[in-house]
Amino acid sequence: MTDPRSVGPAALPRLVGARVARREDPRLLTGQGSYVDDHRPARLLYAAFLRSPQAHARIVAIDASAALALPGVTAVLTGEEIARASKPVRAASKTPAVKVTSFPPLALGKVRHVGEAVAMIAAESRYVAEDAVERIVVEYEPLPPITDMERALEAASPLVHEEAGTNLLVAREFARGDVDAALASAAVVVRERFRFHRHTAICMENRGCLAEYATGSGTLTLRSSAQCPGIVRDVLTDLLDMPEHQIRVIAEDVGGGFGAKASLYPEEIATCVMARRLGRPVKWIGDRREDLLATTHAWDEIIDAELGLDRDGAIVGLRAQVTADIGAYSIYPWTAAIEPVQTISFLPGPYRVPTYRGRTRGVATCKTPLGPYRGVGRPPAVFVIEGLMDRAARRLGLDPTEIRLRNFIRDEDFPYKSPSGIVWDRASFTASLLRAREAMDYDAVRAEQARARAAGRWLGIGVASYVELTGIGSAIPVAPGVPIATGTEAATIRVDPAGKVTAVFGVASHGQGLETTLAQIVADEVGVPIEDIRVLHGDTALSPYGTGTYASRSLVLAGGAAIMAGRAVREKMLTIAGHLLEADPADLVPAAGRLAVRGMPDRSVTVREIARAAYTGVKQLPKGLEPGLEATRFYDPYYGTASNATHLAVVEVDRATCHVSVLRYLVVEDCGRMVNPLIVDGQVHGGVAQGLGAALLEEIVHDEHGQLLSGTLMDYVVPSACEVPWMEVHHLETPSPVTLGGFRGMGEGGTIGAPAAIANAVADALAPLGVEVAELPVTPERIFRLVSRGR
Amino acid sequence: MADMMTVRLKVNGVAHEGRCEPRKLLVDFIREDLGLTGTHVGCEHGICGACTIIVNGESARSCIMLAVQADGAELMTVEGLMQDGKLHPLQEAFREHHGLQCGFCTPGMLMTALDFLRTNPSPSDREIREGISAVLCRCTGYQGIVNAVRAAAATLRGGR
Repeated sequence: MTDPRSVGPAALPRLVGARVARREDPRLLTGQGSYVDDHRPARLLYAAFLRSPQAHARIVAIDASAALALPGVTAVLTGEEIARASKPVRAASKTPAVKVTSFPPLALGKVRHVGEAVAMIAAESRYVAEDAVERIVVEYEPLPPITDMERALEAASPLVHEEAGTNLLVAREFARGDVDAALASAAVVVRERFRFHRHTAICMENRGCLAEYATGSGTLTLRSSAQCPGIVRDVLTDLLDMPEHQIRVIAEDVGGGFGAKASLYPEEIATCVMARRLGRPVKWIGDRREDLLATTHAWDEIIDAELGLDRDGAIVGLRAQVTADIGAYSIYPWTAAIEPVQTISFLPGPYRVPTYRGRTRGVATCKTPLGPYRGVGRPPAVFVIEGLMDRAARRLGLDPTEIRLRNFIRDEDFPYKSPSGIVWDRASFTASLLRAREAMDYDAVRAEQARARAAGRWLGIGVASYVELTGIGSAIPVAPGVPIATGTEAATIRVDPAGKVTAVFGVASHGQGLETTLAQIVADEVGVPIEDIRVLHGDTALSPYGTGTYASRSLVLAGGAAIMAGRAVREKMLTIAGHLLEADPADLVPAAGRLAVRGMPDRSVTVREIARAAYTGVKQLPKGLEPGLEATRFYDPYYGTASNATHLAVVEVDRATCHVSVLRYLVVEDCGRMVNPLIVDGQVHGGVAQGLGAALLEEIVHDEHGQLLSGTLMDYVVPSACEVPWMEVHHLETPSPVTLGGFRGMGEGGTIGAPAAIANAVADALAPLGVEVAELPVTPERIFRLVSRGR
Repeated sequence: MADMMTVRLKVNGVAHEGRCEPRKLLVDFIREDLGLTGTHVGCEHGICGACTIIVNGESARSCIMLAVQADGAELMTVEGLMQDGKLHPLQEAFREHHGLQCGFCTPGMLMTALDFLRTNPSPSDREIREGISAVLCRCTGYQGIVNAVRAAAATLRGGR
């Protein structure tokens, strides 16, 4: 009866830390994923949206009669009609720094950007729906387009939102000490006007949703390509005036999110309204042009910054102003403040900055709304501070790694409160840079660079170190003043009478592999093989309360909740097992699928026997113990934690074409205790590739009328396998002292470090010409202009 | 509504017949009319490669082909890769080397890699990168995919 392998703790290998192959892969590799567009319920109608061809115009009249006359067309919805069925979205903020404005699901009164949804058609097929969209006639009265963020601030500028009385929707300042005095007396001051252009996430799956309204029960089910099913459910409750328990939001398989699917979108509301009105399922699947026009854009900031240092290269002060083009609307729930405030908050980086003044402004324009995208604010912030550090190093004749080592927050400084009020727990800034130098054989690469330069080649080495706030708990809102619960997540762990485990989470996975990593944690805590665990996520009807996956939070928050719930279940299993074995629970030791009395392997019970006892009731349970074997626990990491990394890039700029080749790329990252190094590597690789795209290739371009010029994937160029280099990833594991499990979130870091590292490498390559890189992406055309100026 | 046309084709060895408008994209026909949703639509302008399938033995983008153009053709989609309940060596390698994250580009990537390894069974890493550059992946940075294709190439060579 006794399996010798089942005796002793060693019989159950710990899975946290192991390279476990992903559990979601078999279905995704065989074409059996369950993305929104894969669902086609009976009586389905297909939706298409008419989108504004104008950046700024008053809507005089909409005539949809010709569209409705088309066979196969069921209904049309316009802004005025939807206003009777849904409130406008108003992304609230508790801080006076944010002016709250309305975002109607379909344009009401006027359009504010090219691509804004104006009307919606529901028809028997997508083809017919698109035919019908072409037959809607809208009379527009053009208004002056507002496309330049700085001119939008002038008193004479027309307004995007009349209700705000200004285009300045966000204004905030952080200050520490007397930065003016510090810069006035600094030995060296470097300054620059940085420009980080507009980007977008390009999830390979375009956004889409499918709404079904059951008239009999009054329940609404929305399948959506959303990162945050909980947030969407909560806001629909308010907008549609429906009870929360009557709305179910499902985000099963989602084809990438990167933050761009973490906001509420107008199409989700309109699809729900249409389905409710018609009593039929309605599905909308965006195409790539709609994605480029109407999925949130990112970054788009001008940053004027000055850094002062003493003669030894120690920072004495940092003064900066961020101006962000936040586009036409303040997105829910994050508001227009998320990007500009995050940039100014993280500008001081991993450095000791004794004096600081950071001002930030978010300016409304007639462009697609700005929203969160991998890194949020930090890719521009790190580009700026790391660019300033390199400029200072050149002025002082220091190696770029040396000036960073002189300024990092040191081990003895933790916990360190940054000038913007963020507290950094123990991190490995110095260790990560030293390790990166060693892993690259930095001195040898510098020597190679000297030889290359002597031969007339433009070879450069770039370094970027950063720290990112992750796993944010309830003490800090994820975006300034947002009144939603971003600081907690829950897990329900249920052992059924057969001894199998179902673990349910309010977070949602869209490529991160949470079905694997969370199962690893549950396996360790409950003490069952991973094969016996099923992780469910992304369904508000199944899960305890939660919001979703964003801001590098899921492993920290859901992982913490999994530890708590897993331990509660485990404790009850020990109690029941002790009763069944007539032993003290403290004397029981785990084995594969069973618990045994220490030193007496014959006296054991299986998890299945324990589980059956838990449900059988009074005869098998200790007196007074509640039947059942499940636990729900909520976790709040309170402040949250941080991850950090150093990136090193070696690039060569082709002298003839100004094309940049990334020859080497190396990352030393510290995300605390790793649950699955395979997945950590994958997150770093993907993040770096997106950062490389941001640095060299990708740019959303509008003309002066607000027309999108980069409306296809031929114009908005994301990296293919040929542009992305081999990446070398090293890990430091400094367990977070403040989170359960010691985990630190790490989904965004690659994209935070790469733009700065590559920009600095290009600048280093071109340093002999006396030019600096102050604008990203640094395309061949921009390099050509720089080089022409330098020569 | 335009006249409906009959399309007869074979997908993964199974004969199908359907009627559709001449303007219907092949990928929509595969997904909607045949119910094979493993093939994905990513851009509808022939750039991202998510919709890549095998048409008469060669990889092709099903978002820039009409269903009527495939009349009489033999197609293979991601659903045809698994044989006798066993993952294809490419699928195995993608799993082992973490060659997928969100999984959306994966069917197109697998079909592209399958065709690539047929024409180049012993590729260098540079050739693998060029071979799969027809499909965009936004999650993996391609590193896991390159590793997977290299490993699968070795397995497929050994198995033949």
